[in-house]
Amino acid sequence: MSRTLTFRIFRYDPQLPGDKPMMQEYQLQEAPGMTVFIALNLLREQQDPTLQFDFVCRAGICGSCAMVINGLPTLACRTLTSNFSKGVITLMPLPGFELIGDLSVNTGKFMRALSERLQAWLNPKEVNQDMHRLERPMEPELADAIYESERCIECGCCVSACATAQMRETFVGAVGFNKVARFALDDRDARDAEEFYHIIGDEDGVFGCMTLLGCQDTCPKNLDHQGQIAYLRRKLSSPERII
Amino acid sequence: MKTIYTDALVIGGGLAGLRVAIACKERGLNTLVLSLIPAKRSHSAAAQGGMQASLGNSVKGVGDNEDVHFQDTVKGSDWGCDQKVARMFSHVAPKAVRQAAAWGVPWSRVQKGDRKAIVNAEEVTITEPEEAHGLITARDFGGTKKWRTCYTADGTGHSMLYAMDNKAISLGIPVHERKEAIALIEDGERCHGAIVRDLITGELVAYLARTTTIATGGYGRLWSVSTNAIICEGTGQGIALETGKVALGNPEAIQFHPTAIVPVGILTTEGCRGDGGILRDKDGYRFMPDYEPEKKELASRDVVSRRMTEHMRKGKGVDSPYGPHLWLDITLLGREHIEKNLREVQEICQYFLGIDPAEDWIPVRPTQHYSMGGIRTDEQGEAPNLKGLFSVGEAACWDMHGFNRLGGNSLAETVVAGMIVGEYVADACQRYDMGNQALAQQCLNREQADLDRLLAREEGENPFTLRQEMEAIMMDKVGIFRTGEELAKAVAELKSLADRSENLVVNNKKRHANPELVAAIRLRKMIKVALAVAMGAEARTESRGAHSREDYPQRNDRDWLKRTLAFWRDHGIDLEYEELDVNEMELPPGYRGYGEDNAIAHPDTDRRLQEVEAIAKEFSDRHQRQQQTMAFELPVKFKPKNQRRGEDL
Repeated sequence: MSRTLTFRIFRYDPQLPGDKPMMQEYQLQEAPGMTVFIALNLLREQQDPTLQFDFVCRAGICGSCAMVINGLPTLACRTLTSNFSKGVITLMPLPGFELIGDLSVNTGKFMRALSERLQAWLNPKEVNQDMHRLERPMEPELADAIYESERCIECGCCVSACATAQMRETFVGAVGFNKVARFALDDRDARDAEEFYHIIGDEDGVFGCMTLLGCQDTCPKNLDHQGQIAYLRRKLSSPERII
Repeated sequence: MKTIYTDALVIGGGLAGLRVAIACKERGLNTLVLSLIPAKRSHSAAAQGGMQASLGNSVKGVGDNEDVHFQDTVKGSDWGCDQKVARMFSHVAPKAVRQAAAWGVPWSRVQKGDRKAIVNAEEVTITEPEEAHGLITARDFGGTKKWRTCYTADGTGHSMLYAMDNKAISLGIPVHERKEAIALIEDGERCHGAIVRDLITGELVAYLARTTTIATGGYGRLWSVSTNAIICEGTGQGIALETGKVALGNPEAIQFHPTAIVPVGILTTEGCRGDGGILRDKDGYRFMPDYEPEKKELASRDVVSRRMTEHMRKGKGVDSPYGPHLWLDITLLGREHIEKNLREVQEICQYFLGIDPAEDWIPVRPTQHYSMGGIRTDEQGEAPNLKGLFSVGEAACWDMHGFNRLGGNSLAETVVAGMIVGEYVADACQRYDMGNQALAQQCLNREQADLDRLLAREEGENPFTLRQEMEAIMMDKVGIFRTGEELAKAVAELKSLADRSENLVVNNKKRHANPELVAAIRLRKMIKVALAVAMGAEARTESRGAHSREDYPQRNDRDWLKRTLAFWRDHGIDLEYEELDVNEMELPPGYRGYGEDNAIAHPDTDRRLQEVEAIAKEFSDRHQRQQQTMAFELPVKFKPKNQRRGEDL
C-alpha cells in the first residue's frame, strides 16, 4: 500500500513586494520509483502552479536541480522518495546562490563569474594547431585523469556545503579548485604554478579552505575534492615555486 | 521597448548554438547567445556515447575515411538524407574532433599493446600498434563499418559542451540565461531577430540582429516518455513554424532509441552495445541474432527498436507494472570496464533502479529519442523562405540524417554543422542590415497583447491537462510502428487540441517568474509541431528508416523519395514536398542490409548507378572520383584533406 508523503517546501518570491519567506506543506500519494522530480512536478500540476524549481535532464547529468533535501545538498532528480522512511521531505533552496524563487537559484550566474575570475578554460601551449593534421598525442592515463575532474556538473552542492563559502562570498570553493586542478593537470595548458598561485594562492583560494570537506561529502559525482585541494596546496607551496 | 542589438543572435546554448556563436565571434562580429538555462546544462551534456569521425587511429578503424563515413550515413538515413550535406559533414568531422581536442576535450586515447574486448558476446584480444599510442581512440557503434565513434568515457557530450562553453566564455561571448524567444521578428521576407521573454522578470525584450540562428534542439517532449531533457519541447521549431514562411522538414522522422530504462525513459548509451552488451528476453535468450544475423545488437537504431518491439509483441517481453520490457546485459563486459567506460550508466542504474549493472541486467525498451526533422534549411543552414534565419543541430533539418540517424552522428552534427553553418552565418552578417526597430515594436506589441489576453482569461483550458493529452496522443498513436488509421485519429485529436489551446487559462496571474504561464506559452507552439509530425506521418504512405507504416511496409523510392515540408498556414498545417534528385546522388538508393529487400525502385536509379560506376572506372583517386560524382561546397578553411596515421597530406 502506498503511503502519503508530506513535503515541507520553502516558499519565497523575492520579486513580490512584501512577500515573506515561509515553509508550506503539501501531501502526496507515493508511487513506486517516485523521485523528488516526479513529486514536485505532480505538486505543481495538481496542487500549486506557482511552485518554482529547476530541472533539465532529470537524469543526474546536468546539475540544475540541486537543492537541500532533509538538510543535505543533493540532486533532486535522482533522489527517490523511498529513501526517507518517515515520509517527510523538507526541501530548501541551495544557500550561497542568488534566489530566483522558492527552490530555484541562479547557479549559472555564479558559475559564469567564477569561470571568468579563474580563467577556467584551456590556455593552449600551441595556439595554431592544425585541425587537418594528426592530433597531438596524450598519455591515455592523463586523458583519463583529466576527465576524472572534468566530470563536475556545476550543480553547486559543494558551495552550499562549504562553511567557508557560506561565511565569505569571495571564497573560490571546491568547484573552482576542481577546475583549476583540471587545467593544472592538463599538459596542453600553458600556465605554470606561478600563474595558478596568483589565482588561488591566498585565503580566498586553497589556503582559506578549512578542510571540513562538506564538498567531498555532498558531491553527487564523487569527485576527489580533498585530493585536489591537497594537490593544489602542495603544488603552490613547493620550493620550486617559492623562490 | 527595451531593445538589444547584436550582429549574430543565437537562440539555444547547446553545442550547436555555441559553436555558431564562436564562429561569428572569431570573425569579429558581435554575437549573443540566448538560453533557457545555463549553457552547460544544455541537453548536449547528456550525449554519452561519442561522436563519429573517421580518424582511423585505432586498429579497428584502420581503412576508415570520409567515403566510408559518408556511405554509412546515407545507408543509415535509408536514402532519405541530403547527400551533399552528408559529404560536407563527413569531411569536416575529423577536423571537429581535433579542434575540440585543442580546445580542451581530453578524449579517450589509444593504449598501445593488447587489450581484451567483447565482440559478439565473445572475448577477443585487440592489439593496438605502437604508433597509435596516445592518439584519439574510437568505439564501435550501430550501423558503422568501422569503429569510428570518438569518446571521453561515457561523458562525451559533457566534456565537449564544457570545452565549448569555456571557449565561448574565454572569447567573451555573452550568454543571456533564463530567456525564452517567444516569437521571431520578420517581415515575410527576412528575419530581424526575436521577441524574448525574461523567465525571471517576465519582461519582454526585442533582440534585433543581422542574422538569427535557432539551435534549440529536438522536440522529444511532445511524447510522454522520451529520453530528452525536459527543455526539449520543440518551441524553437514552434516559433519558426508560426511565421508561416518557414517549413519543418520531415517532421515525421522520429527516432526511438532501443535502450532507455523502464519506466523513466532515461537513456543508457549505445556504447553499452557498442562495447559488447547484448539484449535478452524474458527467458534470458539473446534474440537479436535471429532477426539480424549479421549486425545483431549493432544494427541501425530503428531496426533494433523495431525488432525489440516485434519480439515483445510475441509475448517475449518481461512483464512489469509499466508494461513489457527487455533486458540489456552488460555484465559480460566486467566490472572494471563498466566502472571506467560506462560509469554514467552505472550511476543511472544505481540511482533510478537500485541495481548494479555489473551484476544485474538492465530493464530497457525503445523510447522516443531524436528528431531527424526540424527547421528546413538549405546546405548553408539558412531557411529558404526567410532570409537571415538559420538553424543548426537537432533543431534543424539540414538533413544529413534523413529518416534514421546513426548513433554518434548527432553529437558530431552539433559541432560540425556549427562550424560549417557558423561560417555562412558570419558571411550573412556582413550581407544583411541590422534588424528593423519599428517592426520589432509591432511584433512586441502583438506578443504583449497576446500575453495580456492569456492572463486576463478567467475560464478555459488547463495547460497542464492539455499537455498530458497531447503527450498521450503522440505516445499511443505516433509511435514506433504506425498505421493510417491511428495516425488519422491522432491528427483529428491534435486539431481539436490546437483549437482548445487558443482558450488556455492560467490561475497564477503573476507576470514574472511564473511556471504556469511558461507552460501555457509553450504548449500552443508544441501542439502545432505535434500536428506537423502526425500529418507528415499520415501522408507518408511508405516505410523509410524510423518511419515505419505497418499498412505500407515497403520503402517506396518511386513515390516517396522526397522530403516533407510542413507549413503553418491559416490555423492549420499545409504539406508540400521537395524531391530528392537521384540523378545527383553519389550513392543511388539500394539495399540497406537489413531484413527483406522490398524497396520499390525509383525509375532513375539504374541509369544513375551506371553513371556513378563509369566515373569510378575513370578516376582511381578517391578524391577526384568523389568530386566528379557529386561536387560539394564548403567554407574555404574546411576544404583541406584530413591526415590519417601513416599518411602524408
